[in-house]
Amino acid sequence: MSNFVSWWQSGILFGTVIMLGALGEILTQKAGHLNLGVPGLMFIGGFAGFASAYLYGNTANPNGFLLVMIPILVSIIASGIGGLIYSFLTVTLKANQNVTGLALTYIGVGIGSFGGQYITNLAGSGTYARAEAASAIFTKNIANAFNLTDSFSRMFLSYGFLVYLTIVIAVILHFVLKKSRVGLNLRAIGENPATADAAGINVTRYKYLATIAGAAICGLGGMFYIIVYCDGGWATTNSIEALGWLAVALVIFATWKPLNAIWGSYLFALLYWFYAYSSVINLKLTTSQSDLMQMLPYVVTILVLIFISLRKKKENQPPLSLGLNYFREDR
Amino acid sequence: MGAYPQFAFMETAIRFDNVTKIFSKVVANKDISFDVKKGEILALLGENGSGKTTLCNLLAGIYLPDAGTIYINDEVASIRSPQDAYRYHIGMVHQHFKLVDIFTAAENVVLGLNPKEFKFDIKAASNKIKEICDKYGFEVDPNKKVYNMSVSEKQTLEIVKVLYRGADILILDEPTAVLTPQESEKLFNVIRNMKADGKSIIIITHKLQEVLSVSDRVAILRKGHYIDTVETASATTQSLTDMMVGQKVDLNIERPKVEHDIPLLEIRDLSIKNDEGAKAIDNVSFYIRGGEILGIAGIAGCGQKELCEAIAGLRKIESGDINHLGKSIIGMKPKDIINEGIAMSFIPEDRLGMGLAPSLSITDNMMLKTYNDNAWYNPFVDRKRARNKANRLIKELEIATPSSETPVRRLSGGNVQKVLVGREISAGPNVIVTAYPVRGLDINSSYLIYNILNEQKKKGVGILFVGEDLDVLLGLCDKIMVLCHGKVMGVVHADKTTKEEIGLMMTGSLDLTEVKKNKDFGIAKDSFIEDKPQDIDSEVIIEKFKEEGVKEDE
Repeated sequence: MSNFVSWWQSGILFGTVIMLGALGEILTQKAGHLNLGVPGLMFIGGFAGFASAYLYGNTANPNGFLLVMIPILVSIIASGIGGLIYSFLTVTLKANQNVTGLALTYIGVGIGSFGGQYITNLAGSGTYARAEAASAIFTKNIANAFNLTDSFSRMFLSYGFLVYLTIVIAVILHFVLKKSRVGLNLRAIGENPATADAAGINVTRYKYLATIAGAAICGLGGMFYIIVYCDGGWATTNSIEALGWLAVALVIFATWKPLNAIWGSYLFALLYWFYAYSSVINLKLTTSQSDLMQMLPYVVTILVLIFISLRKKKENQPPLSLGLNYFREDR
Repeated sequence: MGAYPQFAFMETAIRFDNVTKIFSKVVANKDISFDVKKGEILALLGENGSGKTTLCNLLAGIYLPDAGTIYINDEVASIRSPQDAYRYHIGMVHQHFKLVDIFTAAENVVLGLNPKEFKFDIKAASNKIKEICDKYGFEVDPNKKVYNMSVSEKQTLEIVKVLYRGADILILDEPTAVLTPQESEKLFNVIRNMKADGKSIIIITHKLQEVLSVSDRVAILRKGHYIDTVETASATTQSLTDMMVGQKVDLNIERPKVEHDIPLLEIRDLSIKNDEGAKAIDNVSFYIRGGEILGIAGIAGCGQKELCEAIAGLRKIESGDINHLGKSIIGMKPKDIINEGIAMSFIPEDRLGMGLAPSLSITDNMMLKTYNDNAWYNPFVDRKRARNKANRLIKELEIATPSSETPVRRLSGGNVQKVLVGREISAGPNVIVTAYPVRGLDINSSYLIYNILNEQKKKGVGILFVGEDLDVLLGLCDKIMVLCHGKVMGVVHADKTTKEEIGLMMTGSLDLTEVKKNKDFGIAKDSFIEDKPQDIDSEVIIEKFKEEGVKEDE
């Protein structure tokens, strides 16, 4: 049982990372932009959040509130700038979205690794550094505070506030997209920008804002990964990219719906970590088998793709002009 | 406007004063000056590329004029965006619908409105839509998704959308291009209701009959220049055409008499499914003889596309047979079907989707079907031959292009079509399947295409002509087959039928196959298909029809 609970716990934490990545990407894709830079954005956000948390946490007398706000804001701003670069290239300069996105991934990984090396050098080891103070605050939770050790509390109450906030973000995103004018306009842009343009919607502004906000949410996921999931530890060997790609796959799995991303992300995470906890169902895996097991989320994504293309429901299809740049005077 | 006393007293809604718009090298509008009165229907007439749509896009805020002034209600108007256009109460219904497929009618209508409001009240919007519908005589279901709508429903929705935004000046860009005669008439009634309500309507169209029946005045553009505005009452088809083209034009479509040959293409009991898995073509039989043009009439999306694709080998059929000179072409590769001598040119609504690669040059597009010829000894593509062919077509068909190396995407719609039809014909086929070859073409280009087809007919080629303009079908084709939801409603002789009869068949109100049940529709007497009906009665009846002077292959 305790093995199951740990599997569950790592599933929730890991799921939160990819949920944030997927929510950001859903917002971006709803505006018609396929941003394959998610891994890079998460890397940038993760590094920026970690670096600011490390540096501020090591000052003489860090304030608890600021220790939470600074990493959040810094990671949002840093990845938001990444999103701004992406939108400038694809919205204003009409560069190819796939190429721009992939480039952003490698730029993000490069910046993150380079900056991370600087911090680990500061810390002395050169390979590892830890933002302990920030991590401690971010992981404060009800179960610990009240010493609850029953399975339920450990499964549902043992997480820092960001885990719950992420679900709230998903629900808010759902309502904005589905019920608000802003969401209606945004969806129209992703479907048919010429129509939105003729209806008097400022297509460029929406595209910029959605892409930047989406990138910021992705970056927040990166920060969560380092500060919470990795207990504030930055290792030169970390692999945020893998999570970034999982997030992109999750967007498809969720059929571009934020509410589906909530349970989808946890399912993905549980599947992804199944190999480590396979003893839950008395299954012993060799290393090569566990490598195969890690592929499960992607297999599920492919199955979902097959399923939705068979069902042919228009509402489950990607935004119609996803990946296409909009030229107004194109005749 | 002294020449038109009854219009002189009407208030002016729009006045163009020396408006000019230039696209990099092309002058789309040059010094245009005329006015539109309140409560009038003005038809904007001109050939393709004469700048009608550009001029209207200036009003709609899609483009900005490079010079000149637009006055709305006698005040200088600066229309810099579609929002501005709505502020001036101008609404445009574009030729290509600007609708979001997965949204409902109501969602499409409220799109982009009241940006400050966070939530949108779809119920209030639905009620207002119903009000507008009742006022002018539309029918729109606010909760229906656009992808479930027919073309005419979509168009109605576009007009409602514009009225919902309080437009007093409506611009309709080729509104009847995809409507049946009955639907067009319904639309005209709505337009007349709007006029009675004091609204100004600008209607862009190629169809002169419609101009004469619906408009009050006609403004004519030619090659970006304004020619004149005339009163519809004093105009005729011929006078309008002459002004539009700038020279005398013979308006009669030629229908040369050609001795009908053996059946080249025979379709027997053919059923095809569409992409959604529903029946697109349902048990259809017909045939085309050499030296005849068989027209296919039908509302958009009633199986024409699937039929063309099946003949070209691009779509699997469910059952039935497609026979070319006694040989079944079912299961053959498209390439082999081309080699059999069947050419297909399909002009989809966006005009580019099928048959041409937009980013490739005219020369490269010429090679699309022949690049592999002689490949067994020459591994390189023969661009020289293709360029010669391209240059020959450019000359023969008067394709307006800077050179044969210009990407097809940069050509105007009419020229793109000439490239496609020209290429198909230059392959020397014996059966030509052509769908909407004159879609959106101006008069001169259209007649050029009719002539090309007639030339082929005289050579003994069998032509399947899928069309949308009934006047053209009636003028050009020998016989017309009418489809309704994938079923054949009957085959009629073009010189023995009326537009109204075809219109009724298109909507399924008249089914000749039911009326004349005892006839074997669509089966040639001298069919190559072995199992031709042995039913003696039908032979007798055919003989009887023959005596009465009706052709046996009706």
